Amino acid sequence: MWRQILALIVKELLMVLRDAKSRAVLIGPPLIQLVVFGYAASFDLNHVPIAVLNHDRSAASRALVAHFEGAPAFTLVATPANALRIDPLIDSRTVEMALVIDRRFSRDLLTHRPARVQLIVDGRNSNTALLALGYANSIISDFSLSWAAAHGGGAPPAVLVTRALYNPTLDSHWFFIPGIVALLTQVVTLLVVALSVAREREMGTFDQLLVTPMRPFEILLGKGLPGVLVGCFEATVIIAAAVWWFGVPLRGSLLTLYAGLVLFTVAVTGIGLMISALSLTQQQALLGAFLFMVPSIILSGFATPIANMPDWVQTLTLVNPMRFFLVIVRGVFLEGADFSSLASQYWPMALIGLVSLAAAAVLFRHRTG
Amino acid sequence: MNASLRRLSGLLRKEFLQIWRDPSSLAIAFLLPAVLLFLFGYGVSLDARGVPLAMVVENPDAASADFTAAFAHSPYFRPRHFRTIQRAEQALAKREVKGIVWLRSDFTRRALARPPAPIGVVVSGVDANDARLIEGYVQQAWAGWLASWARTHGRPPPLLVDVAPQVRFNAAVSSRNYLVPGLIAVIMTLTGALLTALVIAREWERGTMEALMVTRVRLAEILLAKLIPYFLLGMGGMAASVAIAEGLFAVPLRGSFWVLSAASALFMLAALGMGLLISSFARSQFVAGQIALIATFLPAFILSGFVFDIASMPAAARLITHVVAARYFVAILQSVFLAGDVWSVILPNGAALLLMAAIFLGLARAIARKRLD
Amino acid sequence: MRLEGVRREFRSGKRVVVALDGVTAEAPRGAVTGLIGPDGAGKTTLMRLVAGLLRPGGGGIEVLGLDVARDPLAVQQRLGYMPQRFGLYEDLSVRENLDLYADLQGLPPDERPARYATLLHMTGLAPFTARRAGRLSGGMKQKLGLACTLLRPPELLLLDEPTVGVDPVSRRELWQIIDDLTRNGRMTVLFSTAYLDEAGRCDSVWLIHEGRLLGAGPPAGFTAEMQGRSFFARAACNRRRLQAELAGLAGVIDTVIEGGRVRVVTATPAPPETAALAASLPRFSLAPAPPRFEDAFVARLRPEAPPAATAPVARAAAAEPAAAAEVISVSHLTRRFGTFTAVDDVSFAVARGEIFGLLGANGAGKSTTFRMLCGLLPPSSGRLRVAGFDLRHAAAPARARIGYMAQKFSLYGDLSVRQNLRFFSAAYGLANARQRERIDWATAEFGLQFALDATAGQLPLGFKQRLALACALMHEPDILFLDEPTSGVDPLARRDFWRRINDLAEAKVTVLVTTHFMEEAEYCDRLVIMAQGRVLSSGTPEAIKAVAKSPALPDPTMEDAFIATVLAAAPGEAA
Repeated sequence: MWRQILALIVKELLMVLRDAKSRAVLIGPPLIQLVVFGYAASFDLNHVPIAVLNHDRSAASRALVAHFEGAPAFTLVATPANALRIDPLIDSRTVEMALVIDRRFSRDLLTHRPARVQLIVDGRNSNTALLALGYANSIISDFSLSWAAAHGGGAPPAVLVTRALYNPTLDSHWFFIPGIVALLTQVVTLLVVALSVAREREMGTFDQLLVTPMRPFEILLGKGLPGVLVGCFEATVIIAAAVWWFGVPLRGSLLTLYAGLVLFTVAVTGIGLMISALSLTQQQALLGAFLFMVPSIILSGFATPIANMPDWVQTLTLVNPMRFFLVIVRGVFLEGADFSSLASQYWPMALIGLVSLAAAAVLFRHRTG
Repeated sequence: MNASLRRLSGLLRKEFLQIWRDPSSLAIAFLLPAVLLFLFGYGVSLDARGVPLAMVVENPDAASADFTAAFAHSPYFRPRHFRTIQRAEQALAKREVKGIVWLRSDFTRRALARPPAPIGVVVSGVDANDARLIEGYVQQAWAGWLASWARTHGRPPPLLVDVAPQVRFNAAVSSRNYLVPGLIAVIMTLTGALLTALVIAREWERGTMEALMVTRVRLAEILLAKLIPYFLLGMGGMAASVAIAEGLFAVPLRGSFWVLSAASALFMLAALGMGLLISSFARSQFVAGQIALIATFLPAFILSGFVFDIASMPAAARLITHVVAARYFVAILQSVFLAGDVWSVILPNGAALLLMAAIFLGLARAIARKRLD
Repeated sequence: MRLEGVRREFRSGKRVVVALDGVTAEAPRGAVTGLIGPDGAGKTTLMRLVAGLLRPGGGGIEVLGLDVARDPLAVQQRLGYMPQRFGLYEDLSVRENLDLYADLQGLPPDERPARYATLLHMTGLAPFTARRAGRLSGGMKQKLGLACTLLRPPELLLLDEPTVGVDPVSRRELWQIIDDLTRNGRMTVLFSTAYLDEAGRCDSVWLIHEGRLLGAGPPAGFTAEMQGRSFFARAACNRRRLQAELAGLAGVIDTVIEGGRVRVVTATPAPPETAALAASLPRFSLAPAPPRFEDAFVARLRPEAPPAATAPVARAAAAEPAAAAEVISVSHLTRRFGTFTAVDDVSFAVARGEIFGLLGANGAGKSTTFRMLCGLLPPSSGRLRVAGFDLRHAAAPARARIGYMAQKFSLYGDLSVRQNLRFFSAAYGLANARQRERIDWATAEFGLQFALDATAGQLPLGFKQRLALACALMHEPDILFLDEPTSGVDPLARRDFWRRINDLAEAKVTVLVTTHFMEEAEYCDRLVIMAQGRVLSSGTPEAIKAVAKSPALPDPTMEDAFIATVLAAAPGEAA
């Protein structure tokens, strides 16, 4: 029995590797996505163009502007002469934010009265707007406190002492790149598995496989294991790239990570086999994989937190293996998490894997006759 | 009616009948957009709300209660109280809370006698974006508390600079308002490029293209007969998406409908041009689908500024975005929906779309041959 | 139409495949020219070149006095072309397809009603104008495709394999239509086919093989040169033994089993030296036979006598109980898909060592029956037994006793020949020395030594067929299932294939074969004719042909018998 399954696995792997087109599917898109996500996908702000309208022209206001110019998040691109010039700059998206310093800014500061500055932000991209406001607010607070300290204003009653665990510079690449491990592993595993049965059906070899003495269960195993192997291989490559190319710290143990990885690929393989059992042509299999993949990526917490979703959508994500693996991969990479703290992420994937494999086995039997 | 017009109308009639009778093209044109809009409208949100936050107040009193009240009443946080910082840190490690605000036992005493008293803020940096947003919110709460402290103790405000933020176009800073318009560009890429490439590949696969080629039909007629129906279908999908955006998600449409339609038409032409171009290389639905997804759908998703800010990308990535038609359309859409008819955005981006449409359609026409090789 | 040294190559990866190699020929105006050759001979490429869809890599093509390469549009104005699969839009109704092509061909609206009426009458499609093309039977699609190309009568009509997989009745009707069209001599027809027996219908024939023109001229010319070289041999012994004996004679270039007799073709116009045979075989007789087109084809491919037939396939004779005479039994087998009954109350039995055929057109229900027998599909009702088991529920050892060769010789095209052999032998549980031994056997027996590392998908069709059979035989099965085993391969590969099958049958392997090739049915010991899911007749080829025997047709072909059987079963539907 094992010899037959082994033969099937070897054959599957050979088929994936010998055909130029399927090799391309395994290598091309993942590479493109790794590069694109690795570099382009980021919520960090760099060089956000801003405008400054300084009505005050005092040493104090110039110091405030200098604080903005010194921040890497902002680039000063315009100094409009009057307030009327601001709106066109924002409307045309030449600047993302405008800082307007009141005429009495330094006078108010010196008399310990609230000195007014205005921040006008383009809300068309709400995330950038919020982050820019946050940066600007902290720059202004810093300025405020240092000015007070320099002019004998005394210390404020309390200050924030902020510490970011796991990712001290809050670099969002550290968030996305481990996520790519999950994303690409899912894509590749699903494509390998979902297309493999459909392709044999189209070529007519599937019938030939079914009339051999192999049992459906053995065929299922022989079709599924290559998906797990290819998925783990793909993940290993991306993990290596994350550590050595992108410099993301890997703080936890590889054992913890790979335990999750294997469970994840098994769960995805089960789903892929279900899709495979349901579809008669590669076209249908591809469509089925796509229909599963898009929602599962969007609702995984890959780019946006699950906590922000409405409750019913959050319940829906419980059947998505990727949501659990994302926690594991990020936990192991950044937090150095161990088995015990991730236990609640392991068993749901194991359950999804078991249920989907069983369902695939039933569908398989049903569909083959 | 002259012969050319009759041929064209015959082809068009065929195309419409096929669209009408083939559920898969209608599904790609209408069902898929609806599903994607629902997923994004409901599932994707960058607005933190109800973030679990650990509050460690070692010595509760009036001053600390005043500080924590700012969190209790905020829709953004769901504060959980812990006695010791160790417990809170354990909760953070177990991912039960996203951050910690820590007021030590000597908080009020130090604030009065030996300012400044440190307020410990710990965030989990795993999700950097979330962490930044938490930091921003905490900072606002702190600033509010400082002002009220100064009032109650009759002192000058410690933060002398008073910031008056003003968010243009999207006062509630709702991420849905900016994601949904951008999504329309992604959806139209799907109908324009993917659907067109698929239906032409299908004609090759079924051998009907070969039969068309040997009739006296001209190449321009075949191309037009594909352009017109899928243009209309794409505009239909667009109209449906706008209706969902307006009706279900209450995204404002501040610009004029005509500008929106004109920009959509230009983008649709560019997307169709891509679709035709792909179909002249790929003659099986499988390959056409793959190319369309990689060459149009993914860039429209990632490099269009639909989710990720183009200005913040590295220079090389920024350069590539210039050849992504969706980039120009997303810029127009976000302005037309949220800001209005801002001509300084619409005109340059519209011109870019026009150029891209002309290039793609021109290339598609130049490459197409009434031959199989 | 004139072709002058036409050459065309295709690039696939790094390899260059020569599809046509210097074809020079001429087709007379107002006649039917048959473009005849096996799959992969270059027929479709030639058709597309003539239609201006491809540019020749060398040489020139002149159609209706015009150079196709220079002015394809002008040529396309004047020709009609029906590609393989007929070029119909399956989502559109019969009427809508006609409307579309009428618009494309510029048929004025006022001429349409009359033209539609004529064509619909001619094709018998008048009752079905509202039906979608996808729901038509193969024969009806073929006729609709033809009607669409004829809307505005073209001067040159190109038909690419219009008769593939179409039942013989529809095939005959199509030829009737073509005869009517060309009778007044205004239309020239180029007709491609892989069926060699259609040559006789043509006024002129281009015989093409592996991109080369083997001969051109009226079909009578081909058969004339075979005059006095074809014979029928009979003897009161096993016909397979008779064939083997005859094939060994000097000067014999071809032997084919045809029902109860064997057709013998010699290299020179003289009967073979059979004195020795007459002595050893009881009641041996040899009579001259009318030459067939296929004889000429084989003679051209194989001018010399082939090497003497090899010994029967060496096979470890399993000690089978002699009583198990009935290996496959099927009774009242029915299979429904929704409301459609694909197989309707089918019963038959196959004895050990017998070659049994299921003959029918595409969609007759033979593949469904076949799949049920292999356990790939559960029957809706009825009973079936293969080697005493229902394979659907049988344990793995039962399935190890059957060999299966799927349609289109489906193998793993991306794997090499060696990898295919290795995989299938392992799938059947062979290992270590035994596996190596069988792979060596298959390599030697099927002549695969030089192709072991070639990718299976890129092999020529004949090789693929051999490899598929080798894979099915790796585990020495008792029962062999063959689905359309020779469709599209050239006559030599077909002969080679049947020689092996005959050897297997001699070694008491039971063979079940489906086919839509009428001639192939002649190889079977017994067969059933299926149409619309039902068995119309069953028996030996001789018995089935006897139905069509009449004074006007003393020696009917299997096709005659098939048509007679179908007409007798449903006189109304075939009209």
